[in-house]
Amino acid sequence: MFVKFLTSAIRLSAVFLYGSTGEIIVEKGGHLNLGIPGIMSVSAAVSVLAEYSLIKSMGTSAPALLVLIPIIVAFLVGALMGFLYSFLTVTLRCNQNVVGLAMTTLGVGLAGYYMTGAGAKIMIVARASKYFVKLFDVSGGGAFSQIFFSHGILVYLAIIIAVIAQIVLSKTRTGLNLRAVGENPATADAAGINVSKYKYVSTCVGCGISGLGGLFCVMDYMGGNWEYVLEGFGWLSIALVIFTLWKPALSILGSIIFAGLYIASSYIEGISFAQIELIKLLPYVVTILVLVITSMINKRETQAPAALGQSYYREDR
Amino acid sequence: MEYTYAVQMKGITKRFGKVLANNNVDLDLRKGEILSLLGENGSGKTTLMNMLAGIYFPDEGQIFVNGEEVVIRSPKDAFDNHIGMVHQHFKLVDVFSAADNIILGEKEEKLPFKEEKQQIIEDALANNAECDEYEKEEHDGVLSYLTAPKRITDKELKKRLSLLPWTRFARSVKFNWLKKNRAGDLQGIADKYGFEIDLKKKIYDMSVSEKQTVEIIKVLYRKADILILDEPTAVLTPQEITKLFSVMRKMKEDGKSIIIITHKLNEVMEISDRVAVLRKGEHIATVDTKETSEKQLTEMMVGKKVDLNIERATPHDVEDRLVVEHLSAVNHDGIKVLDDVSFTARSGEILGIAGIAGSGQKELLEAIAGLQKLNTGDITYYDPAKNNEKVDLRSKTPVQIRELGVRLSFVPEDRLGMGLVGNMDITDNMMLRSYRKGIPFFLDRKNPKKLAEKIVDELQVATPNTQTPVRRLSGGNVQKILVGREIAAAPTVFMAAYPVRGLDINSSYTIYHLLNEQKEKGVAVIFVGEDLDVLIDLCDRIMVICGGKITGVIDGRRAIKEQIGSLMLGREIAFDDENKNKETAQNEAE
Amino acid sequence: MKQNKEPLVHLVKRDNVAPWKPWVIRAATILGGLIFICLLCFAELKVSPFKVIKYMFTGAFGNEHNVLVMFRQMSLLLIIALAITPAFKMRFWNIGAEGQVLIGAFGACACMFYCGGKMSDAGLIVLMLVVAIAAGMIWAVIPALFKAKWNTNETLFTLMMNYIALQIVLYFIKVWVPGGTGSLNPIKYGNLPQIAGGDYYFSMIFAAIITVAMFCYLRFSKHGYEITVVGESVNTAKYIGINVKKVIIRTLILSGAICGIAGFLIVAGIDHTISKDTVGGQGFTAVLVSWLAQFNPIAMIFTSFLVAFLTRGTQEVMTSSGITNNFFAQVVTGIMFIIILASEFLIRYQIVFRKKHKDEIGGNDTESAEDSKTEIETENVNDEQIETAQAEEPIAQNVEVATEKGVN
Repeated sequence: MFVKFLTSAIRLSAVFLYGSTGEIIVEKGGHLNLGIPGIMSVSAAVSVLAEYSLIKSMGTSAPALLVLIPIIVAFLVGALMGFLYSFLTVTLRCNQNVVGLAMTTLGVGLAGYYMTGAGAKIMIVARASKYFVKLFDVSGGGAFSQIFFSHGILVYLAIIIAVIAQIVLSKTRTGLNLRAVGENPATADAAGINVSKYKYVSTCVGCGISGLGGLFCVMDYMGGNWEYVLEGFGWLSIALVIFTLWKPALSILGSIIFAGLYIASSYIEGISFAQIELIKLLPYVVTILVLVITSMINKRETQAPAALGQSYYREDR
Repeated sequence: MEYTYAVQMKGITKRFGKVLANNNVDLDLRKGEILSLLGENGSGKTTLMNMLAGIYFPDEGQIFVNGEEVVIRSPKDAFDNHIGMVHQHFKLVDVFSAADNIILGEKEEKLPFKEEKQQIIEDALANNAECDEYEKEEHDGVLSYLTAPKRITDKELKKRLSLLPWTRFARSVKFNWLKKNRAGDLQGIADKYGFEIDLKKKIYDMSVSEKQTVEIIKVLYRKADILILDEPTAVLTPQEITKLFSVMRKMKEDGKSIIIITHKLNEVMEISDRVAVLRKGEHIATVDTKETSEKQLTEMMVGKKVDLNIERATPHDVEDRLVVEHLSAVNHDGIKVLDDVSFTARSGEILGIAGIAGSGQKELLEAIAGLQKLNTGDITYYDPAKNNEKVDLRSKTPVQIRELGVRLSFVPEDRLGMGLVGNMDITDNMMLRSYRKGIPFFLDRKNPKKLAEKIVDELQVATPNTQTPVRRLSGGNVQKILVGREIAAAPTVFMAAYPVRGLDINSSYTIYHLLNEQKEKGVAVIFVGEDLDVLIDLCDRIMVICGGKITGVIDGRRAIKEQIGSLMLGREIAFDDENKNKETAQNEAE
Repeated sequence: MKQNKEPLVHLVKRDNVAPWKPWVIRAATILGGLIFICLLCFAELKVSPFKVIKYMFTGAFGNEHNVLVMFRQMSLLLIIALAITPAFKMRFWNIGAEGQVLIGAFGACACMFYCGGKMSDAGLIVLMLVVAIAAGMIWAVIPALFKAKWNTNETLFTLMMNYIALQIVLYFIKVWVPGGTGSLNPIKYGNLPQIAGGDYYFSMIFAAIITVAMFCYLRFSKHGYEITVVGESVNTAKYIGINVKKVIIRTLILSGAICGIAGFLIVAGIDHTISKDTVGGQGFTAVLVSWLAQFNPIAMIFTSFLVAFLTRGTQEVMTSSGITNNFFAQVVTGIMFIIILASEFLIRYQIVFRKKHKDEIGGNDTESAEDSKTEIETENVNDEQIETAQAEEPIAQNVEVATEKGVN
């Protein structure tokens, strides 16, 4: 039972991990992107449609392509939405919260519009889901291999991306410069860093990564089905960013905890339907506690990037 | 004797709109010397240095570095010319360690791909040519075989060229990778000049002096040979100053050329080889430190007294209104900004406060207004309405002060950031002080509107109407509105910080006139000014503040400009004045 | 040495703009947005643009029912937008209206569930209103307290509060409807009386009252004045002795209370039940409505109308094309918002084309006074001198060198 629970938690954690890793990268550049739920939805929708036309045109003869192309599409769609977001917030200096909410409205709407009544397409796409769900054959394995090696490619990709993001952020000059942009753009500018370029690139890459979360959710977690859960997952990802104190490596653990809480109800015996909802409330409460405690301790390392949410205009100084 | 110059600035002129910040300034910096740049506030020192650092671009004039003319358009250009400036306000990322801040934004130096390719080919050719040379000569023995240059074959060259993108990429990755011990690499620079610093420490844990050290190391790390330090000692304790000076001497021995902006005469005499004096945007002279005296420098800095024809009535019915005793306060960096300040403001008098900007004037006024936290000290107000009853103002909020019936008006230095709200119209700004009055819950806009119209009318504020946001008005008109509002509160104590800063002549005289009017009405006026001519002609008494301490209180009618100047610099020098009485009245603070 | 090329275009903050001008730009943008949406419908649904316009208007105004539904929707949106306006005006980024409304609705619904039939309907309605207001207040004041005390990030806090409210509602629905469908049937107690045979008018009446009240509160009351000062400059607020923390908490109490009223109206007046879609994202949309109206309650009437019109209108377009979901309406709203948000840029900045680079880096003579505060603080005096020198120039100097054409 516990093995199954942990396996499922690790599997679901990928959606939070993509979302939060992407959002961390965006926030490190000083942008609070509330458009993540929309971006995840729209990425999922478009990549599913791409998968559909792929299967239509070439069948399921080349599984590798069926996996690779949706991944690329999902990333690019996310990055494109990120580009729109950064154009509005970096170049046009619109309020980030408002733009983010508008992006969510747009993204969720777009995804919903294209996926409603696309049941027939989904049926076809679901055929390809088997290529996403499993990477290794562990049918004969024990608990360890069940927990760690029974997942699809997108789960491992999420962890790899989170680790790379952590390394880039904390171990490279690129990461150092990006963090400087998010903390104090004026200082970064004076040090010769191209603030706008960093903001654009980090937002696009971050949104692209979040977009993969949408793809994972549909093709792996849902097994090629379409349900309206992505928006909720998106908001939880934003919560997870706070929970993990803006650290992608911690996010790996944090997303498993969040996923565990999300699915816990199915594994606790004798729980009522109502109590399930209370358990689902926990991630948010925990996030608020983390938010409050870090603000009370007021230790600088655990705070959000100092310039988060502010537009940077060189001559405003 | 011939000198080689690190920097020569010739005929530099810089205008900001109509204001001439630098007028035809010549400045030389010799190689390996420490040059002090001395001047009052607004004499154009920082502007001049900012043109070297690439913040501003001169309107006219030329800049030579090491004898060659250069164009400096950005901080990057300045770095390319090995010029580095340490600004008064540090540019550091708080949550980063010192080492991270130092390497921040550093770019990999790499040749364009084609050039590097060319270079590899040329190197190979040169190497082969050497081989040719070598083979022509006669050699024998095993040893010579081992030392013989190796020929680079075409195949090998091709391989190198084809690998070039990868080697370049590998180099970029290596450069991008932050080493585990970043601090270790930089420690060398620190040790070389004797900086005492923990490079792994986070900036937010650092004292001001440590932050300054980080800024200096940052500049040195970027290979600056010409260093500009903008008032580095203003924020340091005496011990820290001693340390800084020893570091500066070591840098000088190392061949660096340094310009230091400072206001403290003793420091000028102690550290510098030469002193350049600026006054009102013009270069007055550059003298050898050894051949000058503090007195001469002060005279050059303040210039001759100019008569401004400001009327000054004799005070009458003078009585103590506000008594300040032993005031001490620290700012958020923990630096002492007020140090045992005591003085008395009297009704019917204008008390001038002179001092270099940032000597504690702002904090002093804010302390009286209830905006600055105090460590020690007392502020007592004598209420004229209650037969001069004592009122204790210490540690009261602005609202509490008002509730005690103290009619205190305050024109802060930051007009649109503190005194007024830029986006609100004139009427709404009038209400800032008085909006709590009148019927409960709802605002009374009628009276403020009348007041706004009255002020616009009486002070001739140039505005389309009273519904105009004050942000759109010019500096002079903004100030008229602020001063007008504060006067309308019928104060008994009127404080104004730099009320004529940035104003044109006419507006300035309007303000002087208003201050004099208040004085005649029996108000105790406290005027923080920067133009010594104005202070001498307007004020009944002038109090000089230096580094948070009162260095002297002088009778305005007998004040000598140079003497105030020397007190501002923390030095007391006796000056003779032919025009006025021979005696210089100098009272200690009450 | 290498000379830096200065950028050809240069952004300058607008300062001297006639007050009517931004509204002209906004109106033009909305018109442009509508045209864009018509073209989009044409491209997507193959409905001719003229037909799209026709359907939009029939959807919004076609018959009495449509008109009433649209105005009811607009009223609710308006009330929520008004609720968050004072907080936003104070620069307290409260994006928790969704949760505050929902918890208010929940409070009202709980009263219906537990007290329905046990007391008179009139009493029940009053109780529902009180509980809804109290619940909304509590939901809003919690983040405000933490903001005031520890400066906790209010955007993230209020965002989380939304989901806590949602989960609480889901929990109670399942408690109330054990083992059932998971949806609560309408409760027949504590329903607001129907006016003129419909449930449309209560929201409209409340919206009208609250709009006027909020306008007066912000414009004519001392509280409103304090909110403006705190929003514009905390420094000034301290200078005149405003207790900033008190203002934050007081304002959020008001904000939450109005959200509670909105929740009450939804439950008592329209739905008579509660579900996870009771608020349906209106709390977020309201942020956009309030923002686009520049926190002006009167302008908010128009922005909320615009949203309601677009939603109802596109739904009709959809229905006419045989599509029954309302996601396209969401897309249209999203696009419209993004277009309008982008246009704000034209209001705040002007684009100047450089002819020659004679000026210092980062500075330009046409800049307004505030902008000339250069990166590294020069001696204050110089700064001030620049300021005045430029400010003293006649306003005409700030003429737009380049007009909006540059971006469009």
